[in-house]
Amino acid sequence: MSTPLSPRSATVSIETAWDEVRSIVGAEHIVPAKPQDAVDGIGPQMVVEPASQQEVAAVLKTAAVADLRVLPRGAGTKMEWGNPPRAGELILSTRRLNRVLEHAYGDMTATVEAGCNFQQVQDTLSAHGQRIALDPLWPDNATVGGVLAVNESGPLRARFGSLRDLIIGITLVLPDGTVAKSGGKVVKNVAGYDLPKLATGSLGTLGIITQAIFRLHPTPRESRTLTFSTANMTAASQFILAIQSSKLVPTGVQLRTGSSTSCEIDVRFEGTCAGCDCQTDQLLQMASGMTRIDPPGDIWKARETLWNGNSSAAVCKFTLLPTELQSFVERLTVMSVQKQTAWQLVSQAVGLGLLRLETPQPDSLTDVIQALRSVLESRGGSLSILSCPAEVKSKLDVWGSAGDAPPLMRSIKAQFDPRGILNPGRFIAGI
Amino acid sequence: MEARIIDRFRAVVGKRLITEVAQLRTYECDGLTNFRVLPQAVLLPETSAEVQAIVQICNQEKIPFVARGSGTGLSGGALPVDQGIVISLARMNHILEVDFGNARVVVEPGVINAEVTLRVAPEGFFYAPDPSSQSVCSIGGNVAENSGGAHCLKYGFTTTHVLGLEVVLPDGSLVHLGSTAVDRPGYDLPGVFVGSEGTLGIATKVVLRIVKKPEVIKTLLAAFNSTNEAGAAVSEIIAAGMLPAAIEMMDNLAIQAAEAAVHAGYPDCGGLLLVELDGPSAEVEELTKNVDAICTQCGAWEIRVAQSEAERAVIWKGRKAAFAAMGRISPNYIVQDGVIPRTALPKVLSEIERMSRAEGLRVANVFHAGDGNLHPLVLYDRAIAGQEERAFRLSIDILRLCIQCGGSITGEHGVGEEKKMMMSEMFAEPDLETMQLVRCAFDPGQLSNPGKVFPRLRLCAEKTGPYQPHPLEVAGVAQFF
Repeated sequence: MSTPLSPRSATVSIETAWDEVRSIVGAEHIVPAKPQDAVDGIGPQMVVEPASQQEVAAVLKTAAVADLRVLPRGAGTKMEWGNPPRAGELILSTRRLNRVLEHAYGDMTATVEAGCNFQQVQDTLSAHGQRIALDPLWPDNATVGGVLAVNESGPLRARFGSLRDLIIGITLVLPDGTVAKSGGKVVKNVAGYDLPKLATGSLGTLGIITQAIFRLHPTPRESRTLTFSTANMTAASQFILAIQSSKLVPTGVQLRTGSSTSCEIDVRFEGTCAGCDCQTDQLLQMASGMTRIDPPGDIWKARETLWNGNSSAAVCKFTLLPTELQSFVERLTVMSVQKQTAWQLVSQAVGLGLLRLETPQPDSLTDVIQALRSVLESRGGSLSILSCPAEVKSKLDVWGSAGDAPPLMRSIKAQFDPRGILNPGRFIAGI
Repeated sequence: MEARIIDRFRAVVGKRLITEVAQLRTYECDGLTNFRVLPQAVLLPETSAEVQAIVQICNQEKIPFVARGSGTGLSGGALPVDQGIVISLARMNHILEVDFGNARVVVEPGVINAEVTLRVAPEGFFYAPDPSSQSVCSIGGNVAENSGGAHCLKYGFTTTHVLGLEVVLPDGSLVHLGSTAVDRPGYDLPGVFVGSEGTLGIATKVVLRIVKKPEVIKTLLAAFNSTNEAGAAVSEIIAAGMLPAAIEMMDNLAIQAAEAAVHAGYPDCGGLLLVELDGPSAEVEELTKNVDAICTQCGAWEIRVAQSEAERAVIWKGRKAAFAAMGRISPNYIVQDGVIPRTALPKVLSEIERMSRAEGLRVANVFHAGDGNLHPLVLYDRAIAGQEERAFRLSIDILRLCIQCGGSITGEHGVGEEKKMMMSEMFAEPDLETMQLVRCAFDPGQLSNPGKVFPRLRLCAEKTGPYQPHPLEVAGVAQFF
């Protein structure tokens, strides 16, 4: 998929616009972009770091009038996700919006700014024995806003759902400078449209998230992780499905496997000591055909290891019905022989996972991705590319199909960002 | 309505078309009976294609339409609109697919909430959202209102359990939002559709997530002298790091009414707490003891644990009948649906008591205490001149109090017709304008349940700022470069 660069069409000169931005954020917070600030080969001119949502609003308004295309950025851990932008003159960094505004521990809610480091927020909340029940990739670096923009979630999803189940309020700054709040500070609230959900996973294409309010969960008193190994994928799959249909309440069920490794299954229980003990006993009874092994390191962060190694690989996110994991892995196994593909995956039992694919040539990588995507999409699932070599991105849309929903999605985008200045072209269906 | 248009509708649904005034009366209001509008016609489609054909006619003829499920809503969401029609989904009531392996069920919108659980219970599953009206309310209505219930403290709301939808958009096109799998790439359209109160289109199929029944369920009743003491126990339970499946509270007036109606055997006390714990048996046993100790510490003078499923059912029957039971102690009542941060409970309750005394009207209180969702019931007698207006005013003042405490005007009943004027008190103008952008994207002609949720209509063509998007861009045919 080629992405033609879009020229600016505004009458305001770019120098005038930069002067205006400088007067909004202060000269020291607008700096010329460096080569490493480029997004998929699109090199922005300036990196702007506003300190408040009023400054974000003023910068966006200026950008919209001058037709400067804005690439929002938190810590920049996931800037390679998405299609290459059609253009991008300005990186809007949320780095300075980094305050935990409120931890209402009695109400189990927290209001945080988008640029907050995810782990620092968790550390703050743990002072009162609470957490956002979410374990995204790279929490030590990632920001809350970035995690929200890509709708990231980890193994805790087995019990607590994804961000859409945890976010209860949002402040969004629109390209025309409107600062809009939606939702609120109470967990149960149906007043008005649910914009926190609309913004979650929208890759910064509708507005800049400046604040988010989360419902919190208690930090568990106890946590137990058990890891099992088997060379037989059928046995692994049956074990995982048996856990899902049992009365056990795990807070993580994960399969790790690959073209050159056996299947390892991780199961975690959290709660009271007695609860963990009794569930562990029940699980061990179910695991009769499995070999119990010591968990190798922090296996709940195993997803992160898929980025290790050769950069000619692709890392994709796949979704499928939980019962179809086995046939998906079988398909991968066949393909690894036919197309000499090395693969490795970390899958969550709720029906999504991350997959690393590596082929001798980029061309065959493209073919493999397309083939897997069409299988998954035909069964209600999806395959989106998170990281891949530039050659692959030039040929494939990273998101895949959105079915018959693109006209509606474009219509939403046109309402929120009529001039198309936010992350143009990076999202699904050309948005 | 012109005979020509009626004929067009008849060509779609045949005899399943109501135009007789006497029959139309059935549809002039929903569960909120003090607002009434007679629709021009009521249509009862049986397929998605029929819904689509009806909406296409509405779009061509510019006729506003209101979708209706069982009509149990409490905010006037299914109130017909002037010169409009009602599309009743009551006959689209089939459970289309049940997939236990993946814990998914696909239903038509007219399926009754409780029927989903009934269908999946033999395999050890249940459908978690449980509004008190669950034996009659429909999934389509639940989707429109994002219905909650007593167990959403732990299990979440309707939106938590909707993975995908087939929707007829207000222009008559059919679109699929979400999927059977999680995390479909693109905007979270199910997330914004669920709870949109019928203003973004009509759901014709819904993919639901069902949940495994827990190993053990324990239901505990604790009697306190006051709601303040009961409220303190709730805070302690939460502070101890527990997440019960439900925590419900009733005050003395609500207990009296429930007792009169269903004889649940509740202790006669100032504040009654109903706590339900579920999960693995060892854990539930331990936590039940903890809850028992906390309640005792906070002043509970009687604590009972249901010893059988039958006992548990009776306890819940009393709670779920609480609204209707008000008829036993008052000729009329208004039920409200405010939400407050849980810690504001003592302050809000004593303020409600003060307001009730000042107005000379009794207020019974039933809450989902775990998540701060209050259902104050303002009791009055319509036969006494002026009392209805005073009751309405008091109920609205209670919502203002919720807003002042950082809460919301509705936790599960929806804004609908009843509370739309309150939206301007809860949200600033730019907040509402931004929500209306979503409306304009889905329904630029403002035909789907117009006039609800927002204090006023927004002209979708009207866009502030210097730039007007070309209609082709809005339609997604062309793009701005």
